[in-house]
Formats: sequence, C-alpha cells, structure tokens
Amino acid sequence: MPQDDGIIYQNSFPVEGGNFETAGQVSSQIKAILKSLNLPKEVVRRAALVAYESEINIVSYATQGEIKVVVRPAEVVVEANDVGPGIEDIELAMQAGYSTANEKIREMGFGAGMGLFNINTYSDIFHITSEVGRGTYLKMVVKINEKKEHET
Amino acid sequence: MKLKEIAKELDLKARAAEDKADREVRGGYVGDLLSDVMGNAREGQVWITRQTHQNIIAVADLKDLAGVIIVNRCEPAKDTVEKANEVGVPLYVSSLPAFELAGRIYVLIAKAKGITFF
Repeated sequence: MPQDDGIIYQNSFPVEGGNFETAGQVSSQIKAILKSLNLPKEVVRRAALVAYESEINIVSYATQGEIKVVVRPAEVVVEANDVGPGIEDIELAMQAGYSTANEKIREMGFGAGMGLFNINTYSDIFHITSEVGRGTYLKMVVKINEKKEHET
Repeated sequence: MKLKEIAKELDLKARAAEDKADREVRGGYVGDLLSDVMGNAREGQVWITRQTHQNIIAVADLKDLAGVIIVNRCEPAKDTVEKANEVGVPLYVSSLPAFELAGRIYVLIAKAKGITFF
C-alpha cells in the first residue's frame, strides 16, 4: 500500500515550554484519538510513547513547540517542532543516560537521559535535525501493518 | 493476581481509582525516572515509585500499566489523585520501602502461579 494513500487523521497540538504541570497532556490526548481510530494497541502505545518523550523534551528545554500527528492506513507519523536552544551534539544526546537537564527537572524524575533513546527504540523510522540557538525537529514513524518485535 | 488482591495482602491504602484495580498484574517495575519507566515497564505491570507528582499518572496511562504504588508512606499530590481518578489509573500508597514492597509482590505473584521459594 503506498504510504501517501489517504490521510485518516491529522492535527497539530501546541506545547508550552516550561510547564511541567500539564506535561503529558498532549500525548494523552493523542493516545485517546489513536485508540478511537481502532489502531492496533501496540501501534497506539508506541506512537503515544514517542509523542510523550517529544512533549517532555519541549517542556523541559524549549520555549514553545508543536506536535503534529498524521495517520495513514500504513503508518502514524508524529512530528515535533520547537523553538528552543537546539542540540549541540545529537549523537551524544541519543546516548542512553546522557542528559543536560537541570536539578529541578531531575528531581521530578524527568531528565533521565532516556528520551531520544526511547524514541529511537520505539519508532520504526526516526529523523532528527537541530540548530543550536533555534530549535529541534523530530520526525517519528510508527508503521501499522509491519510485524515488529516490539514488546510495549 | 489482581492489584486489589495484592493491595489487601500487603495492606496498601487506595488513593484513587480503586474500582479499576481488578486487572491481572503481570509483574512490576520499580523506578523514579519517568523515561526509564516509559522505556522499560510493560503493559499490565504495577509500578512502584517514590515520585508523587501528577506526571506519574500520565506515564502509567500511556503505558497501560495496572497501577501505581507510592512507597515509604509518601502521599500523592492532590492533582495526582485527581488525574488518576480522571483517567482511571489505580493509585495506592505503602508504608514499605521499594525493595521490600517489590520483593513481597514478586512472591505473591509467584505463589499465585504455583511457584514457591520459601
């Protein structure tokens, strides 16, 4: 099935930087929507997970951002775009356990250095670009019909 | 074994969504780092943590966990309880430290499966 066959659902959600009170709300909303589309549970959970980690990154580091979700018959695409400090060394940032989070963020249990690592693990395709002083862009694809050994 | 049965055995106190605690508990995960739990906890597991703020409920909900148990007599924040009731994530507190609580739950689940250690 060609990937750009009919869009089933799409929407963008604004995410506010620095607001830990509401952190996770957008991902919960996205999960509820994907669930209502009757996608496989494992797809819903993986897409919600990559949305959550992107959302927490925006809240933790950026000024503001946006998460966009597009659902097609064969895939869920989650894109996260932010205005923020950007990432100096992407390779390092992808490493499990590496974090630049401050003490306040860590005390709440965020900033474990697992965000991008989890995204890379749980998405089928992952692209990241970043410009220091400007912001970061993530694109994550979760394929729907592909049988993948993902225990979520 | 269901979470509400575990709660009864180990004298856990319910703080939210007790009516949703009749799911079968498939095991557990212990952690205070949200992304660690996000990456490594599995559906149907119970999460043992010292974190009390409302984001634990978002993580438990997104991962379809069986519930959350806060250890060491710590109480969840008010908005954590509200959120848990809203999304239906069972939330309990325990007077035990995480190591001990995890050990006891491990034994209970094993016994329920017919495995005995002691």
